[in-house]
Amino acid sequence: MASWKTITRRSFIVLGAAVVGGAAFGAYKVAEVPANPLTPAPGSTPLNPWVIINADGITVIAPRAEMGQGISTTLAALVAEELDVDWEQVRVLHGPPAQAYYNAGFVERMSNEPDYQLSLRENSHNAILAAVPKIFSLQMTGGSTGAIGGFVQMRLAGAGAREALKAAAAKRLGVLPDTLKTEGGKVIGEQTFTYAELAEEAATMVPEDVPLRDPSTWRYIGKTMPRLDMVGKCTGTETFGIDITLPGMKFATVRMNPKRGGAMTSFDPAAALSMPGVDQVVGLGNGIAVIANNTWTAMQAAQLVDVQWGDADYLVDTAAMMTRIEAAFATEPDSRLRDDGEVEAELAKGDRIEAEYRIPFLAHASMEPLNATAWVKPDGAVEVWCGNQAPIMTRDAIASSLRIGSDKVRLHTPVMGGGFGGRTDPVPAVLAARIAAAMPDTPVKLTYSREEDMTQDFYRPAAIARLSGRVENGKATALWGRTAAPSASRNALSRLVGFAPPGPDRATVEGGFDQPYGLPHYRYDGHVADLTVPLGFWRSVGNSMNAFFLESFIDELAHAAKADPLTFRLDLMRDTHGPSATLLETVRDMSDWDSLKRPGFGRGVAYCYSFGTPVAQVLEVQDTPAGIKLTRAWIACDPGLAMDPGIIEAQMTGAVVYGLSAAVQGAITFADQSVVEQNFTNYEPLRMHTTPGFEVKVLQNNGAFGHIGGVGEPGTPPAAPALANALYDLTGTRARSLPLNQLFEFAT
Amino acid sequence: MSFTLSVNGARRQVDLPGDVPLLWALRDGLAMTGTKFGCGVAACGACTVLIDGEAVRSCQVPLADAGGEITTIEGLGQPGALAPLQEAWVKHQVAQCGYCQSGQIMQAASLLAQIPDPTDQDIDDAMQGNLCRCGTYPRIRAAIHEAATMMKAG
Repeated sequence: MASWKTITRRSFIVLGAAVVGGAAFGAYKVAEVPANPLTPAPGSTPLNPWVIINADGITVIAPRAEMGQGISTTLAALVAEELDVDWEQVRVLHGPPAQAYYNAGFVERMSNEPDYQLSLRENSHNAILAAVPKIFSLQMTGGSTGAIGGFVQMRLAGAGAREALKAAAAKRLGVLPDTLKTEGGKVIGEQTFTYAELAEEAATMVPEDVPLRDPSTWRYIGKTMPRLDMVGKCTGTETFGIDITLPGMKFATVRMNPKRGGAMTSFDPAAALSMPGVDQVVGLGNGIAVIANNTWTAMQAAQLVDVQWGDADYLVDTAAMMTRIEAAFATEPDSRLRDDGEVEAELAKGDRIEAEYRIPFLAHASMEPLNATAWVKPDGAVEVWCGNQAPIMTRDAIASSLRIGSDKVRLHTPVMGGGFGGRTDPVPAVLAARIAAAMPDTPVKLTYSREEDMTQDFYRPAAIARLSGRVENGKATALWGRTAAPSASRNALSRLVGFAPPGPDRATVEGGFDQPYGLPHYRYDGHVADLTVPLGFWRSVGNSMNAFFLESFIDELAHAAKADPLTFRLDLMRDTHGPSATLLETVRDMSDWDSLKRPGFGRGVAYCYSFGTPVAQVLEVQDTPAGIKLTRAWIACDPGLAMDPGIIEAQMTGAVVYGLSAAVQGAITFADQSVVEQNFTNYEPLRMHTTPGFEVKVLQNNGAFGHIGGVGEPGTPPAAPALANALYDLTGTRARSLPLNQLFEFAT
Repeated sequence: MSFTLSVNGARRQVDLPGDVPLLWALRDGLAMTGTKFGCGVAACGACTVLIDGEAVRSCQVPLADAGGEITTIEGLGQPGALAPLQEAWVKHQVAQCGYCQSGQIMQAASLLAQIPDPTDQDIDDAMQGNLCRCGTYPRIRAAIHEAATMMKAG
């Protein structure tokens, strides 16, 4: 194993070459540096960490985890594009924890500059920063970075494999590799070889030159590909983490202290142990686990354990927490990432418009409850299956909790039934390993009840924002936004990696400070509230908070200026970000915005630039005798290069449904330090009949060619403000607090 | 206790107590994991199976009462031999995370058995108990219409 110093030095030297030369070769060398973590099965040959050649096709090892966002299909398409295999020959698996699968895309998330300016930045700057995720072995799925990080890495993996296969064939034929071509999983020259025939030899080849295909010849990139996981998911044959089945397996569940972080003072397992089918009750320090011969019995028995809980170290209920958040306004701002012009002088001119907004905590509530399966082997090693967004971190957390070396942990990452940011924490994997340790050499599957999943989540923070602005002659002249919230990133990073990076907390203000509104006087402050409730990353993170604040307030300014809210935004954006202005024009045309408003209907517009992708939305609502209905939604997005338009459309639609579900009726509240909402009965998403119809347009104007924005998250932020603005249009009532069903009666 | 179930046309023996819900008998007792656990309280529809052709929430049916003909997602069709509903699901690329889709498809199967050519209102009525956190509802609706057309054409 190379020392820290060596890895660092080598990475930077290689990167330097890549940047200076600008050639794919250097970049391939970067990709090549990590050791290949794959151990070949009989009849299959790994050519590099991302490509295995089998007799009947290829298996792409995806460095990012599939939780529904379609990334495994897109990453496989990038490999297949370069490797010249037919789509029917392609399969995809998730890779083991390994440095090779670091996520270069995270570099895009390591800056406090607005994204719309980032996309204009020199690529070489990014290339150097790209070493950071690698050095830190950041094998993480999140931040809408999968396609960004994979775009070069996966194509090089495919091209590298292709050139190695050609080199092997060339050696056999005694010709130069560039006289050969590849097609349909074969190398074609005077003689034709299947990849499988050449694989073993190719695995020893180090190709000197790895050219990437010219974009004009792409067959897969830019097309809607049939998802590789679709048939499995429509036939019940896909294996989610919760479906792992092993010989002699036992079934467990947990009941953890609902006062999060509090201890367990005592527990009496007698009643639980008397239930037929129960094997063991395991004390976990801050909760208990029951192991049984089926999951339901374990869940019933867990409720029979008589437990005394200690208190948590946070405030008692939501009201007290909101008061604490409000108190943060009196503290020095943690950040002022935007301060254009002279905002205070401009606001002092008078006619100041002011508003305060409040939003609640939110849970992830993926359809697949948290789960993990662990098997402690007789030699003390452990094998764990757990859908997770960060395999290296999860593996190391398991190792440290069992006090064994990381090399004794074998972690599998099955596909996830939803994630939305909620599978970053290693807790389920660690608990499964600890529970399995109580039953050596027996696989134990831990399944959370829905109630445990919802009350043991890491929540989107509640927040309060105060915005001031001024309009003159129908235009906005100034905007000062202040957001007060506990920091999700500091809270989560302290828990996950033991420290929170210094500097301004971007997540508190993203979606507010970084929007391309050309206001002459524009300031945005973040105030971090001192609150230790467990927090995490919720689809689009801080953008989900600040887009509601900013886009609601921009609407208020537009109405104060007696301007059309869409034109008002367009005027502020035209000179600062053309692609975003085009998006607003696109949703204007899609929704027939300029036509006369239909009686009984309301329409709202909202916009947010997040994760490299600007998104504009128009939402329509209708007043019906049964309550207000969400009727139609129009979405226009611009990720730059749209790698798979079908998947992007699905992500945009889904992200809006996710955002609207929270906006209409989502709230996590605390009483007696415990989360009140425990199941879909009182934390309810939108349903078939309450979801609007959708039209989506995917444009490709953003950034220089090759700019790739994220697609999993950017659809969510504009959803809540578009709806709130539509409700104002319909009713004349301005919602300044979420969820909206506090103020409006929706058709259910 | 031992119970004999009729699942997808085969008789299967499960050695679990009679109050264990059918969902867990299928998943833990028979290792048939296509049927999913989502909420345990009939609030999400992920565990939907057919009993004698009718959609039921298997998390609410005690094993002792699961006497009829049970059809699960595995019995509707298989990867090489898709049922029309599954074909329509694939054609419309419905699934994202896919976790709720077994239940959605079984609910839709029950709908189409009763109403071969459903209106949007019929779909709303039949499908409103099946949650999807990925928001695939628009594609589910399109796939149900598509399947209805396919089945009509034979």
